[in-house]
Amino acid sequence: MLETLAWIVRRDVTIALRRRTDVFTTLIFFVIVISLFPLGVGPDLDTLRLIAPGVVWVGALLASMLALEQLFLADHRDGTLEQILLAPQPLPLLVIGKVVAHWLITGLPLVVMAPVLGLQYDLSAEALEVMVWSLLLGTPTLSLLGAIAAALTLGLRAGGVLVALLVLPLYIPVLIFGAGAVEATTSGLGGSAHLSLLGAMLLLALLGTPLATAAALRVSSG
Amino acid sequence: MYLRGPNGSGKTTLLRTLAGLLRAETGEIRWDGKPIHQVREAYHHELLYLGHLNALKEDLNPVENLRMDAAVRANPLAEDAAWQLLANIGLRGCEDLPVKYLSQGQKRRVALARLWVSRAALWILDEPFSALDVASVDALQAVIRAHLSRGGMAILTTHQEVELTSGTVCLVTLGSDLPEVRHA
Repeated sequence: MLETLAWIVRRDVTIALRRRTDVFTTLIFFVIVISLFPLGVGPDLDTLRLIAPGVVWVGALLASMLALEQLFLADHRDGTLEQILLAPQPLPLLVIGKVVAHWLITGLPLVVMAPVLGLQYDLSAEALEVMVWSLLLGTPTLSLLGAIAAALTLGLRAGGVLVALLVLPLYIPVLIFGAGAVEATTSGLGGSAHLSLLGAMLLLALLGTPLATAAALRVSSG
Repeated sequence: MYLRGPNGSGKTTLLRTLAGLLRAETGEIRWDGKPIHQVREAYHHELLYLGHLNALKEDLNPVENLRMDAAVRANPLAEDAAWQLLANIGLRGCEDLPVKYLSQGQKRRVALARLWVSRAALWILDEPFSALDVASVDALQAVIRAHLSRGGMAILTTHQEVELTSGTVCLVTLGSDLPEVRHA
């Protein structure tokens, strides 16, 4: 079973590496959003430090939402999703494989780029480190939650808008605690409480969302 | 079992329902006496469904596609076995080309290559003969015959007849009342 999971991850990552535009769209969007704020707000370092956690996290959230629609769409169009639905294996497990691959392609690059982009906001090394941790724990949660919406809106015309409407309420707790972790670090309180909560959310999402996504896939493919 | 009927008569819908992709409005589909949604994993273990779509990834080559598909089916296919299989069905030289560069008929043959390594008892095939050339049609008929002679079952929609040497053929025409049963 785990072998199948590894196969699915490998397949999706291989495909993504062969058509790199999909990967870069998300990443470039993230880079542009975060780099525009210092230009728009002006060079006042105090203001920049203040808005940094929020801007980086909102950027990450929007970027991951942008990528969501693609999660099952290609598989749905070429018929491989049918084969996945008919596989003699638990569907939630295969869903986890799809989401892990999706996060590796669209989430991990954001985590890697974030500290570099954070430098524009004059964040301390410590705050940058917490930011990376918060994104590392938070972005997989975003992918897992988003998968439910992506599965529900599969095959709909204005899927993208609907995905956004469906997932935004679910994303807000992750945003609050993700940005909160960095904020707490810069203000000297320490971000470990926020990080623990993000970790808890990730575990909860890992347990619950694959089941919901699998059910949603069966509904929307029928 | 042949499923026949004019375009739009619901052949594909019936096949998708039988495969468990659609839920039946009324009635129940059973496998081994149990409703298929209760024994989903066991049923899907014995099922091979090929729809209109080829279920191939355009950016992967045929070998990768077949191995991926086999892995999802929990029936792993070794790399050299995949090469051998593609050579056997006349796709030598296409093994490491991304599927998007293959012709429609070649793609269909890659998709149908799953039949050669399938261990499923029930094959549900939606228009398997479309886009194939004469030689491939013969090869496909042969593999379906071999499957049936091993005791397997096949449900297919087609406009061609598969010549059978043994077994029972059931001809269902959508819109008519009674299935026609023939013994070969």
